[in-house]
Amino acid sequence: MEVIFLLIAISLILASTFLFLFFKAMKDGQFDDNYTPSIRILFESNSKKSKKDQPSKPKSYE
Amino acid sequence: MGPNISSASVIVCFHCGEACYELVIDTEGKKFCCQGCKLVYEVLSENDLSHYYEIANHPGESQKRKSFQTNRFDYLDDVDTAKRLLDFQNEHESHLTLFIPVIHCTSCIWLLENLNQIHSGVVSSRVDFIKKKVQIKVLRDKISIKELVSLLSTIGYEPKINLSNLEEKVEPGLDRRLIQRLAVAGFCFGNMMLFSVPEYFSEAELIDSSFRGLFSYLNVILAIPVVVYSASDYYRSALNSLKQKQINMDVPIVLGIIALFVYSLWEIFAFQRSGYMDSLGGLLFFLLLGKIYQQKTFSTLEFDRDYKSYFPIAVTKKVKEEEVVIPLSKLLVGDIILVRDEELIPADSVLLSTTASIDYSFVTGEGVPVPKQKGELVYAGGRQKGDAVLLAVQKLPSQGYLTDLWNNEAFQKQNERLLEPLSNKISSFFTWSVLFIALASFTYWIFIDLSVAIKVFASVLIVACPCALAMSTPFTLGNTLRIFGKGRFYLKNASVVERLAVIDTVVFDKTGTLTDPANAKVNYIGEVLSQQTKSILKSMVERSTHPLSNRINYWLKDVIGENSIQVKEFKGLGVHAIFKNQEFKLGSVVFTGFNKKVENQVGNVVCLSVEGQDLGYFKIESGLRTKATEVVKQLAPDYELHILSGDYSHEQSYLEDMLGGGIQFNFQQSPGDKLNYLKNLNASQQTLMIGDGLNDAGALQESSVGVAISDRVSHFSPASDAIMDAEVFGMIPNYLSFAKSSRLIIKASFILSLLYNLIGLGLAVQGLLSPVICAILMPLSSISVVIFTTLTTNFVALKKGLLTSKLV
Repeated sequence: MEVIFLLIAISLILASTFLFLFFKAMKDGQFDDNYTPSIRILFESNSKKSKKDQPSKPKSYE
Repeated sequence: MGPNISSASVIVCFHCGEACYELVIDTEGKKFCCQGCKLVYEVLSENDLSHYYEIANHPGESQKRKSFQTNRFDYLDDVDTAKRLLDFQNEHESHLTLFIPVIHCTSCIWLLENLNQIHSGVVSSRVDFIKKKVQIKVLRDKISIKELVSLLSTIGYEPKINLSNLEEKVEPGLDRRLIQRLAVAGFCFGNMMLFSVPEYFSEAELIDSSFRGLFSYLNVILAIPVVVYSASDYYRSALNSLKQKQINMDVPIVLGIIALFVYSLWEIFAFQRSGYMDSLGGLLFFLLLGKIYQQKTFSTLEFDRDYKSYFPIAVTKKVKEEEVVIPLSKLLVGDIILVRDEELIPADSVLLSTTASIDYSFVTGEGVPVPKQKGELVYAGGRQKGDAVLLAVQKLPSQGYLTDLWNNEAFQKQNERLLEPLSNKISSFFTWSVLFIALASFTYWIFIDLSVAIKVFASVLIVACPCALAMSTPFTLGNTLRIFGKGRFYLKNASVVERLAVIDTVVFDKTGTLTDPANAKVNYIGEVLSQQTKSILKSMVERSTHPLSNRINYWLKDVIGENSIQVKEFKGLGVHAIFKNQEFKLGSVVFTGFNKKVENQVGNVVCLSVEGQDLGYFKIESGLRTKATEVVKQLAPDYELHILSGDYSHEQSYLEDMLGGGIQFNFQQSPGDKLNYLKNLNASQQTLMIGDGLNDAGALQESSVGVAISDRVSHFSPASDAIMDAEVFGMIPNYLSFAKSSRLIIKASFILSLLYNLIGLGLAVQGLLSPVICAILMPLSSISVVIFTTLTTNFVALKKGLLTSKLV
């Protein structure tokens, strides 16, 4: 049963680490804006691709 | 390919999606409504950013009404001014956050985050879509703040920079601190629960009894951050209220926290028992959760705007034929300033140019520009429509006719006065009864057994802890706030709901609030208009941006315009058209050379002439807002109604006919009069002021609850307790009665939580309270109160038509 002492220590350290990471993330502003990232992730990574696409593009508008 | 001008009317601008009337510019097979939109397109395609147009259809904002004056950002050359925009600066980089109100779609985010492709001086940029803000990092030696702002403006995203931005930076720290407290409480509560589980099943001997001591000590360690850190706001608030010889909700909470903690310590260390630390953690966790729930904020809305938010931050000053752009703070009495088309007049001044046409819609809510002659006084807050005018400043911007309002004491004091929250009234009663019960049972037990007496005393304080009581208010108000928000009625904070519930007097502003510029009554007086003249008229008004043109356009309804017609608008004067060599003029008496006498010069008059011959004139009066009559009639039985207006009293009989009797009318009220009127009413009544313009700002501030009506909620509204979308104006009676119901729901949940307390107290005075009962009773009462308030508010909202069934 003595192993429980160890387990308790580990669980508390682990939980405190998560708490600390949460504070850190909050301080970095991770929760300030929880809408824009959901859009940002859908963008193409850079616009070089759109450069390649350019000649064929006008068709898609009309 | 050169610009190709045609006159078709169904073409839609590639950039902004607006129908192109006057001018269609054709480039690379794409059509644009104006040079501005085309320019933006060119800038973007040169920089390989035309992906912008693929993400959303017609993502741009029309550039037609934009000022293209090149020196308007000159004030940013002023190092002091530019510096105040910065968040951070080192020798290489500057960081700044700009508010860009036109951000509205995915394309906007994409483009603004790819700014570095347009200018190499931009390191990176990040958009916060909800707040409509963009945070930009730039290289100092490559791009100046002024260049950056001009660049944004060129691509159609002009940042809005105003005086109040410059004066202070609001730190978003408060909310974060609360979340941290909640996180700590949650962490400790969760772990304490785990360590307490064996205790709940102590009969079953789940675990070796040697662990019990360890678990209790761990609980003590975990409880310390909760008591010291998470609960610290409650101590402060309770102390403050005691200092003022009052008892607010936080006093019994603090009493409960102290009783729980001290008694548990005593149990753990003196008797090796387990204490109530887990209940303490749960208590704080639920309380903080309720507090956060109540703090719903509408981040794009600003409730505390004063005149500084509207005024320009720089003005063009004339110094010996030269134009100098200076910050507004450096403007002096006697300066000659130049105000261009669409620019705001920053200070009360005398007009030096021959004529001006001033739109006071910011101030009064009336959208029709007022003509002014040389030598007349023009007030700050007006917007010049038409050619640039010269003005001589008479008063400093902070001391004008309108801005003087903000020096009134109504703006100095906090808005908290007036109403003591319901919970405070109950809590003082509650605290005294709990103390009484605790002492009474203590004296009873002291004759039987001292240790039981102490235990009973402490358990009464513990179990009577007003957890459920304290949570009913925030959850009810928080949910009410959300329901209002869904209905586009945005309250500044939860206490407004409580104040709204006890309103007995409603005061309306007339212009722009009860009346709606868009619902104008148009009367035509003169020779009968032929179908063709109507068509010509239609084409003329369609191409004019003047509000009166829009109203005539609306009056003409489905008439189809003429195609082969040349139309030219003279801003602030009228519209000129040539059709089959005939000259048509529509506009002011002077512009059209109108000879006939125009009777009854009330309201706005637009004259029409052909080849210098009078045809007739339009008389345009503002009509009542849709549903205004219903709103007033529904409110009349329950509330005392007043109407304030800055206009003359000529409309009184019309308004009485439409709105019914029993309303007190007050005309020719200056902004200061309105403020004083509310002050007098406040002496004996709880007032609700509903207004829209800056001239209502004083009255909105002075009233118990000030509601600003706005057509574009995020764009403009004077400082107020609540902002309402003009479209939901008709719902006002429902909103008021819903606020009343919320107050009833709070009362009902008080009764519910008192019932729990009675059960708990019943056990406590008999000395039967154990950690298990405590651990069950406390969360159960809190959660059931939360569920009760949430369900009932949603149900009532549904019944009153404030929610559609989908949302519940």
